[in-house]
Amino acid sequence: MARRAGALIATGLAALTLGPVAVVLAQAGRGGVGTADLAALRFTVTQAALSALASTACAVPLARALARRRFAGRRLMITALGAPFLLPVIVAVLGLLAVFGRAGLVNDGLRLLGLAPVSIFGLGGVVLAHIFLNMPLATRMLLQGWQAIPAERLRLAASLDFRPTDFWRHIEAPMLRDVLPGVLLAVFAICLTSFAVVLILGGGPAATTVELAIYQAIRFEFDLPRAATLALMQVGTCGLAVALASFFTTPGGFGAGLDRQADLPASGGWRQLIDFGAIGLAATFLALPIGAVVLRGLPGLASLPAGVWPGLLTSLLVALCTAPLAVSAALVLALARAQGARWLEPVAMLPMAGSQLVLGTGLFLLVFPFVAPPDLAVPVTILVTAVMALPFAYRILLPEARVLVADYGRLAESLGLRGWAALRLLILPRLRRPLGFALGLTAALAVGDLGVVALFAAEHGATLPLVISRLMAAYRMEAAAAASLLLVIAAFGVFWICDRWGRAGAEL
Amino acid sequence: MLSFENVTIQQDDFSLAANWQAGPGQRIAVIGPSGAGKSTLLNALAGFIPLASGHIRWEGQPLDELAPGRRPLSILFQDQNLFPHLTVAQNLGLGLDPSLRRVDTAAVDRALERVGLGGLGNRRPAALSGGQQSRAALARALLRARPMLLLDEPFAALGPALKAEMLALVEELAGPALVLMVTHDPEDAQRFSSHTILVADGVAAPPASTEALFANPPPALARYLGT
Repeated sequence: MARRAGALIATGLAALTLGPVAVVLAQAGRGGVGTADLAALRFTVTQAALSALASTACAVPLARALARRRFAGRRLMITALGAPFLLPVIVAVLGLLAVFGRAGLVNDGLRLLGLAPVSIFGLGGVVLAHIFLNMPLATRMLLQGWQAIPAERLRLAASLDFRPTDFWRHIEAPMLRDVLPGVLLAVFAICLTSFAVVLILGGGPAATTVELAIYQAIRFEFDLPRAATLALMQVGTCGLAVALASFFTTPGGFGAGLDRQADLPASGGWRQLIDFGAIGLAATFLALPIGAVVLRGLPGLASLPAGVWPGLLTSLLVALCTAPLAVSAALVLALARAQGARWLEPVAMLPMAGSQLVLGTGLFLLVFPFVAPPDLAVPVTILVTAVMALPFAYRILLPEARVLVADYGRLAESLGLRGWAALRLLILPRLRRPLGFALGLTAALAVGDLGVVALFAAEHGATLPLVISRLMAAYRMEAAAAASLLLVIAAFGVFWICDRWGRAGAEL
Repeated sequence: MLSFENVTIQQDDFSLAANWQAGPGQRIAVIGPSGAGKSTLLNALAGFIPLASGHIRWEGQPLDELAPGRRPLSILFQDQNLFPHLTVAQNLGLGLDPSLRRVDTAAVDRALERVGLGGLGNRRPAALSGGQQSRAALARALLRARPMLLLDEPFAALGPALKAEMLALVEELAGPALVLMVTHDPEDAQRFSSHTILVADGVAAPPASTEALFANPPPALARYLGT
């Protein structure tokens, strides 16, 4: 039902992703690969691999605990797990600095104990920040995997008197084999193109990523040949990662269930202790930096500078346009892929092989001769943010779309249920939960995004994160913290509205 | 008149050939060892599996280019015949109008009454028993009123009494429609169908009189029956 639309969107997406790269290449000519470039590549892959492994390793016990334990505040915690990923990166880093920085809580504690302070700068800090930002996303993706185990399978396991180890081997491990590659790849790819974290916590020859090197080549040196070389390295690395992951992903084979509710088996004893230990540790690790941002921002909230409110409106406008654009395109691609259009997979993941700065620079060079870039700041930001957010939405929707097509594709076809009617009666109701999650995610990313807008915006057309970065550059830290708090509220608010819409439908 | 004209179906190293005709109103069982291609035959007729060669025609018109929902048939699968998030009445309504915009609710109610589910239209499928779910799926086929009804073992999970009841209901509701029913139970074939198609050794044989077939089974059927 979605194959032709899928092909159309895939073509547009490929043009949008590859076009700017081609423009950069055409303008740049050829540049050689220097030792600094190779060092940047090595650091990029190392930190991304470590970040992906560590984030996922932390997420598995947490997701498992959340899936099988029932306790007061569980729903709140699941919603809150979206927070660090939705938290605008620059704000998240400020929060982590308040906890792990030179004068942060942790080092205060170490000093009290007479121990040497730890440094948050360099590889360790970058990985730590990436765990903070991505472990919750990994947890949410894994949790959906656990929740997608049909109740019939749980009943069967209970009736066969599965012990926890049997349950793990026959039900949980196969599910994880299916879900984990996607999770690992998502975190790995996010970290490959991580920018703001490395800008603040990395830097220098020992801790510069390719993305940061691209930024420096463009902004400080306007060295387009070098930027193009770096961009090619970036595209190659990410492309390899995407190809590897698609090779490892296998279909689920869990069969369908009739929506009957059942709980996962939850044994007591030391397993319960471990589950609640994981929940407590994660909650502390995630809550402390956010709490620090709130404490620092609250006092200035009453006297925000004038530029903040137009910035907020622009950010909300960007989110309002970006989220439906990205999610509807991702939905069409996921459905077409689930119906067997294998070639869509690499196209849908194509934006992951690019980067905001490469895309933005290409578009900048493209429009520069015809219009003043600031006039296009908002549309370009919407377009680029939607393209960059699309793979996340696609990853979230694909497993559920596969289940939908496998379970009800033939029935829908045999009844002639297609087009808008299929969307209204089958797809929206069955996929409402992942759709709400994907909408919330992309909307919050759009609200808090600081990337391509920096290349385009002048005084007008600035988003709130850009306003904050300007306040910081002017050393108005109090105002920056307060505006950050407002930004956090906006990002979290749009996510909450969308995710709640999705999960309200899933209660049926 | 349904005709398979030199049809072959190819899936990896599996292949099935069929070349025969069947008339409206007939009740035909499709029997054979598991894995021989009984479901494959029905799925090809329903439009889910493309033909490697040959044509399938209904009343002389080729079906090859028609999407599954446009073909002059209704099909009941082994499971997943109802959408769990829609009510029973909505599931039936899909048979009249897949967009559910112009559904004759009175007709839906009448169909529910006829299969003995009167008053249960507002429930969701999960609140029905297995037999009731089968009845709901049958009621939708009744509303669609297509000239062919394909049954891909939809009653396999039901007990003997319930299954017999369902077959009687099919007999009653199908009327002039041609019914093709996959089964692995010889008794079903003998009770329900005047004709039987034997699917074995890569061939779906022409419909033969059920009585004659079982009285004097060919080697493949004898092997399957264990006689």
